[in-house]
Amino acid sequence: MQSFDLGKEGLRALNSALHALKGQTNMTKWEVVNPKGAHAIAAGVDAEVDITVRGSTGYYCAGMNKLATIRVKGSAGPGVAENMMSGTVIIDGNASQYAGATGRGGLLVIKGDASSRCGVSMKGINIVVHGSIGHMSAFMGQSGNLVVLGDAGEALGDSLYEARLFVRGKVKSLGADCIEKEMRDEHYQILEDLLRRGEADAKAKPEEFRRYGSARQLYNFNIDNASAY
Amino acid sequence: MCGIVGLFLKDPKLEPKLGEMLTEMLVTMTDRGPDSAGIAIYSGARDGLGKITIQSPQPEVDFDGLDGALHEALGQPVTMLVKSTHAVLELPEDQIAAARSALASLRPSIKVMSVGDSIEIFKEVGLPKDVAARFDVSKMHGTHGIGHTRMATESAVTTMGAHPFSTGSDQCLVHNGSLSNHNGLRRELIRLGKTFETQNDTEVAAAYVSQKLEEGQSLGEALTSGLDDLDGFYTFVVGTKNGFGVVRDPIACKPAVMAETDQYVAFGSEYRALVNLPGIEDARVWEPEPATVYFWER
Repeated sequence: MQSFDLGKEGLRALNSALHALKGQTNMTKWEVVNPKGAHAIAAGVDAEVDITVRGSTGYYCAGMNKLATIRVKGSAGPGVAENMMSGTVIIDGNASQYAGATGRGGLLVIKGDASSRCGVSMKGINIVVHGSIGHMSAFMGQSGNLVVLGDAGEALGDSLYEARLFVRGKVKSLGADCIEKEMRDEHYQILEDLLRRGEADAKAKPEEFRRYGSARQLYNFNIDNASAY
Repeated sequence: MCGIVGLFLKDPKLEPKLGEMLTEMLVTMTDRGPDSAGIAIYSGARDGLGKITIQSPQPEVDFDGLDGALHEALGQPVTMLVKSTHAVLELPEDQIAAARSALASLRPSIKVMSVGDSIEIFKEVGLPKDVAARFDVSKMHGTHGIGHTRMATESAVTTMGAHPFSTGSDQCLVHNGSLSNHNGLRRELIRLGKTFETQNDTEVAAAYVSQKLEEGQSLGEALTSGLDDLDGFYTFVVGTKNGFGVVRDPIACKPAVMAETDQYVAFGSEYRALVNLPGIEDARVWEPEPATVYFWER
């Protein structure tokens, strides 16, 4: 286990050490102590390692993550796992604005609540939120799955392309071109898998969720509107 | 981008440490606002006395003998505590208006930062740590306080453009964001009799709240009205003699984190600002909801 005291050694030293890990490495277990809300902790990691952050983080923790498993034993500030490519990021507490924004792959798990714009412009990431999410979540989402065990705020899935949104609780309002859709077998299977991997299978069952997606009226050219341009 | 910090103490044992705690929080927010910094401290009221915090670009000239000159003009005792470019005048409460007009003729270059029973405001251009040091903020005591680090967007980097803004007795407001309808609102408020020191958008928000309070609204009501009338991005933290309020615009993209324990309610633009507060590990930490008014009063 590599233990790293952020208060003593500083952020640049941590991220340089993590960025130096490539391909096969013996240093697969990392622990970061004294994060104290610092920004960009373990951003840009590209190695199959396991990192535990003992405390709460600031902006962009685990941003652009590739392959790594990163667990935050606290809450995360804005933009956690932004543009994640692969791997797993688990937040034990709450996450601030735009968690998992533009994420292209991997799994982001938030054990508490996520605030506004969770999964904005998601492009393939899977996000599991044990609590509730704020307004404008999954705005312009393109692909991937957003699973919410609690409630969703205003304008869920506004201007959505093809991401799948599963919400177990109440949805305050749907955004433009976002509609409720039927749950089919494939969706129950997706949910079963994500709830298990998102450490939420003891809390919720796939059949308790509703699915929301794009009505596909907004992003396809409609010849009837030609005179409007 | 700007940084906001605030502390509302519930436990009187912490009151001697208010300045020290706020200074540490403020300096942590330097990255968010290195242009200028300011702090409003509510240090309590002495019976029958009021305070005016003044500022001068030439303090050695303007503050020289000012207490004596005011004493002479008012025929009442006036004490003055000079802190760098600022000074706090303490005088009988009923003499405040007279003192302000006397100041305008005795020392025309002096600006009034705040007026009230309890409030003192200190703000200057420069790094937050330097601003805090020149006013010795870490030694200040009080019941609640608000600090701001500014990265200017809407108007010039000047002393008067720094936050907090105070536009009413014992009131202050700080802002992270920018307003888009402040010019129109300023014209309306001028028609209603408000005066302005700067072209700054935040000063308009502060004057708007003061106007609503004068019209008889509570602070909570004034902030709720602001949700309809103020257009733009904002996280506001406001102070009154006994209270401390927070409101974010409905889009809420300007960050805000709050923490509450039995000892205090704390506000930070980022969690970083709160990490060294006592008992933060067990505090209730949350983000204020958009378009929701939060208010604490003693």
